[in-house]
Amino acid sequence: MMISMEHYLIVSSIMFFVGIYGFIARKNLLAVLISIELILNSVEINFSVFNRYLYPEHMEGLFFSLFGIAISAAETAVAIAIIINVYRLANNIDVRHIDKMKH
Amino acid sequence: MNILSVLVLIPLLTLLALFAGKGQRFVRTAVTAGFGLQLVCAVAVAVVFLQQRAVSDEAMLLFADTVWYAPFNIHYTVGVDGISVVMILLSAVVAFAGVFSAWNMERDFFVWYSLLAVGVFGYFISLDLFAMFMFYEIALIPMFLLIGVWGNGRKVYAATKLTLMLMGGSAFLLTGILGIYFTSGATTMNIMEIARLGVPMSHQYWIFCLTFIGFGVLGALFPFHTWSPDGHAAAPTSVSMLHAGVLMKLGGYGCFRVAIFLMPQAAQELSWIFLILTGIGVVYGAYGAVVQTDLKYMNAYSSVSHCSLVLFAILMLNRTAMTGAVLQMLSHGLMTALFFSLIGVIYGRTHTRDIRQMGGLMRIMPFASACYVIAGFASLGLPGFSGFVAEMTVFIGSFEHADLLRRVLTVLATTSIVVTAVYILRTVGKILYGPVQNPEHLKLDDAHWYERFSAVALIACIVAIGVWPSGVQGLIYDSLAPVVEHLNLF
Amino acid sequence: MGYTVYIILVPMLMFLFLGLGSKWLRPRVAGLCGTLGMAVSTLLSYATAYRYFFVEGLQDGAYPALTAWSVQWLQFGDTLHIDMGVLLDPISVMMLVVITTVSLMVHVYSFGYMKGERGFQRYYAFLSLFSFSMLGLVVATNIFQMYIFWELVGASSYLLIGFYYTKPAAIAASKKAFIVTRFADLGFLIGILILSYYTGTFDFGLLTADDASLAVTSMAGGSFLGLSAATWAMALLFMGAAGKSAMFPLHIWLPDAMEGPTPVSALIHAATMVVAGVYLIARMFPLYYFAAPDVLTLVTYVGAFTALFAAVIAITQTDIKRVLAFSTISQIAYMMVALGVSGMGGHAGEGYTASMFHLFTHAFFKALLFLGAGAVIHAVHSNEMEAMGGLRKYLPVTHITFLVACFSIAGIPPFSGFFSKDEILSAAFGHDKFIFTVLLLVAGLTAFYMFRLYFRIFWGTERKYEVRPHEAPASMLVPLVFLALLSCAVGWLPFSRLVSSDGIPYRLGIDWAIAAGGILVSLAGIAVATRFYMRERGLAARVAAKWAGFWRAAYHRFYIDEAWQFVTKKILFRCVSTPVAWFDRHAIDGGIDALGTGTQQLSRAVRGMQSGRVQTYAAVFVWSVLVIVVCVFIF
Repeated sequence: MMISMEHYLIVSSIMFFVGIYGFIARKNLLAVLISIELILNSVEINFSVFNRYLYPEHMEGLFFSLFGIAISAAETAVAIAIIINVYRLANNIDVRHIDKMKH
Repeated sequence: MNILSVLVLIPLLTLLALFAGKGQRFVRTAVTAGFGLQLVCAVAVAVVFLQQRAVSDEAMLLFADTVWYAPFNIHYTVGVDGISVVMILLSAVVAFAGVFSAWNMERDFFVWYSLLAVGVFGYFISLDLFAMFMFYEIALIPMFLLIGVWGNGRKVYAATKLTLMLMGGSAFLLTGILGIYFTSGATTMNIMEIARLGVPMSHQYWIFCLTFIGFGVLGALFPFHTWSPDGHAAAPTSVSMLHAGVLMKLGGYGCFRVAIFLMPQAAQELSWIFLILTGIGVVYGAYGAVVQTDLKYMNAYSSVSHCSLVLFAILMLNRTAMTGAVLQMLSHGLMTALFFSLIGVIYGRTHTRDIRQMGGLMRIMPFASACYVIAGFASLGLPGFSGFVAEMTVFIGSFEHADLLRRVLTVLATTSIVVTAVYILRTVGKILYGPVQNPEHLKLDDAHWYERFSAVALIACIVAIGVWPSGVQGLIYDSLAPVVEHLNLF
Repeated sequence: MGYTVYIILVPMLMFLFLGLGSKWLRPRVAGLCGTLGMAVSTLLSYATAYRYFFVEGLQDGAYPALTAWSVQWLQFGDTLHIDMGVLLDPISVMMLVVITTVSLMVHVYSFGYMKGERGFQRYYAFLSLFSFSMLGLVVATNIFQMYIFWELVGASSYLLIGFYYTKPAAIAASKKAFIVTRFADLGFLIGILILSYYTGTFDFGLLTADDASLAVTSMAGGSFLGLSAATWAMALLFMGAAGKSAMFPLHIWLPDAMEGPTPVSALIHAATMVVAGVYLIARMFPLYYFAAPDVLTLVTYVGAFTALFAAVIAITQTDIKRVLAFSTISQIAYMMVALGVSGMGGHAGEGYTASMFHLFTHAFFKALLFLGAGAVIHAVHSNEMEAMGGLRKYLPVTHITFLVACFSIAGIPPFSGFFSKDEILSAAFGHDKFIFTVLLLVAGLTAFYMFRLYFRIFWGTERKYEVRPHEAPASMLVPLVFLALLSCAVGWLPFSRLVSSDGIPYRLGIDWAIAAGGILVSLAGIAVATRFYMRERGLAARVAAKWAGFWRAAYHRFYIDEAWQFVTKKILFRCVSTPVAWFDRHAIDGGIDALGTGTQQLSRAVRGMQSGRVQTYAAVFVWSVLVIVVCVFIF
């Protein structure tokens, strides 16, 4: 069986929605962070796949996913720093308790 | 420069001058000088007006016009007729007397007090709808701070309620003014110009209702009057004086100058609705006052009754009744200012306004009590005081209409004079006469010189108008000629 | 005769002087100033009366109505205007004489009576204010001027009744007097409004000219609730008159007004202010007669009923001033009846003349009675009959003058009351036999209760007085003697030569048949009183016990006060004012507050969406995107 573009897209869609679900439903900040990573990764897969199948002679999509990986790494570092600070302040990392933003 | 603009400038300069120093002595000197000068200037305006009127038959004299914001054709237009002159004199007298009733207040109080005066005087001289509205708002805002900061009792609640209700009225008003601006076909906000062109009939109805209610809120139109009891009760003495004495007149004056003058046909056709409301207000306010136990609440309800009579008379749309309305504004302004200043004197000493906790004050503070009796008599419309002249002019004018509704309402309104007698005499009997209720009160002293000055000045005006009314009445009556002519054009 | 305006201005200036200067003036000086001012007014009125009747005299066979002085005070519209002026015609000149005389006597009397009272200066200031207002009332050239001074006399009456302002009863009485009369004045005002609307004038001259033809023609069309406009207007005017003159059922304030100082009662509540109602009807008489004759019938019947009613109550009262108060009500009602039964012109107008004559004589003898009662109260320091008895030995002058007044009011010749009462009876006899019978009965009752009063004060068993009662000082006795002399003399005046319904003098002799009837009835009343009260034998108490229920009801003034109390306290206060105040605080203000809290709640609901939880935001975002996508695909 030939692996077509759709197969990749199905996988990335599943990853995306799993990520969304995790982002909304998980209560642990780390889990939320992991979900964000899932969303980002699914997007990067899409970039690569579209680049590979639709415009094989160009490289922009691949580069874009490389940028994405770098950004997500930086973002993870920042997020973990925030989470550690939140933990120091609140002694837990349950999102339900972090509603200080409305004030 | 036009002499009318001086009326706005003096309080403004007083306001600025107040920032030059802070000592009580300095503040007193500054405001006394400022408002004294204002009074002199108001009298000068009246004199100049009378001179000019003798030689000119223009409706508005001392006219001046400056472009303010050209793209929308907004002008700073000023001019006065007899009615504005009367209102300006009233405001100057009450503001001047108010200074003496607020003798011990600090600088910041007078800063806002002066700003209030800027708004009031600017309003009465303006002939441009936009400028008028702006000065109206300038007069309202300081009230929030004056009550909220220097008041007593539930002051924040009262100040908020008062400001919000009046702002609600302003919202109606602004819509109405925009309606006039866009439908009249005039490319100006000048009242005289709009009156000449006329507002189209189809639009008059809603604009009339909006503007009448908008101004009516400040003129204690039933059922939008409830800011008045709370507001007056919480306000400090001189603010109550200025508010009931002058600010409530802004409402009546606006109803007359804008709602009725610019929308004459709608006024003729819809007046019955508002006549019923104001007729209710007259009687309702009086009955409401009967059972009050707080002096200021009682006086506030009494003001509702008296101010409703102003609107009632304006809506009769004939010359005599309208003359009565302006007289009633004048008379009520002086009378109620006197009342509040005396209540301030009593409250400042006994620290209560509860009628049941006072008694026999006549022995303790004879001067203040005698003035209170005089104020009471003036309020219940005894001949020799301004209230009588005003009420009788209103009743005679209102009775000129042949239709049954207006007749019945007039008769209904006259019953208020009996009810007024009931609550005035009841209070006088309870707090001034009889045995002393609280032995602590025996140690109190009588009014100070500045409080006496305030009371005597107001009584002098009330008696002067009551004894010799024809001068001021003629002034108003003559100025109403073009207005009534305009009303009857349609 | 422009100087007549000073009759009014002098007391006014005196009021201002005494009122403003009360702090700096010594009591004696203040009293002296007030009295002197009044003396000037009195002399001027006598001069006016002399000139009016005997120098200027008749013009074309009638006494003219002169406007001696007039100034426009206020203008309404094109035609209506209020003038302030001085109108001189027979009745106003007569009233000037009455008021200034009684007022002067009261001024003098008060020197002794009010001596040492706190607020002596204030008292004289108020007396001047009252005199000014009352004089202004009677010389009014137009009905609105009358209304203005009408209100002012009400106010000065309020101030004088409440003179002892630390006494709760006095405060309540003054308040009641003002409010009851104010209520009546409401009728007066509405009457004026109706009248002026149709006729377009306030002026008495225009209103009453040519048999009131202006009112008759202009008010012909108007009617309301089946009654003509004229009837309404005149009935409402009568309401005002009934309030001031204490006609049933608006009489309740007068007995209570006795809480004021006694000289005040003599001046205001006996001689002058309370007859203002009679004076008003007399002033407007042509209008009543030609435009609204049915109202005159009302006047007659209300008057007759009040006369009888008050006389019955007077019998049972034990406070001597209350007895005199009810007697005043009864006598004023007499005058009202006389007006009610009167016709217009010549002998037909006998009732009119009689009414004014009775007003004239009554002022003197009733003032005398009150001042005498004041002297008695001064001596025993009580108003109650229980505290009196056998006083004739101690107060000889008071005793004699009081007896003169009693004979006068009882209608015994040759005292003044006889002449005026006889004219009233004769006028009533010519009009309606039933009314005549009632009046005759009242005459008997009057004689009875007056002599009951007299015997119980000056005869009967002597009480044990803690301090030996002493005769009043000279300042009080001089007015008593002077008024007693007047009470004897004024009856002989040829009154019909001076005052008549149309201004034309005519001869009016005494109708001896009716006079004999009146005298007999009065003598019978006196005889019964003598039998009952000259020596206390308990006979009166036994008779009273037989009629216990009726007696108690009469003693409580037939519970009219309670009925009014019920209407005002229970109905107006509880059922109108309290609900209105509640409604305002809770319904209207509650509505406004609800608007405020509603806005706050709405904002709270909106604020809930801004939870601060990023996950919620994300969920909302995702779902919204989905919805939008679905929508885009469907449409």
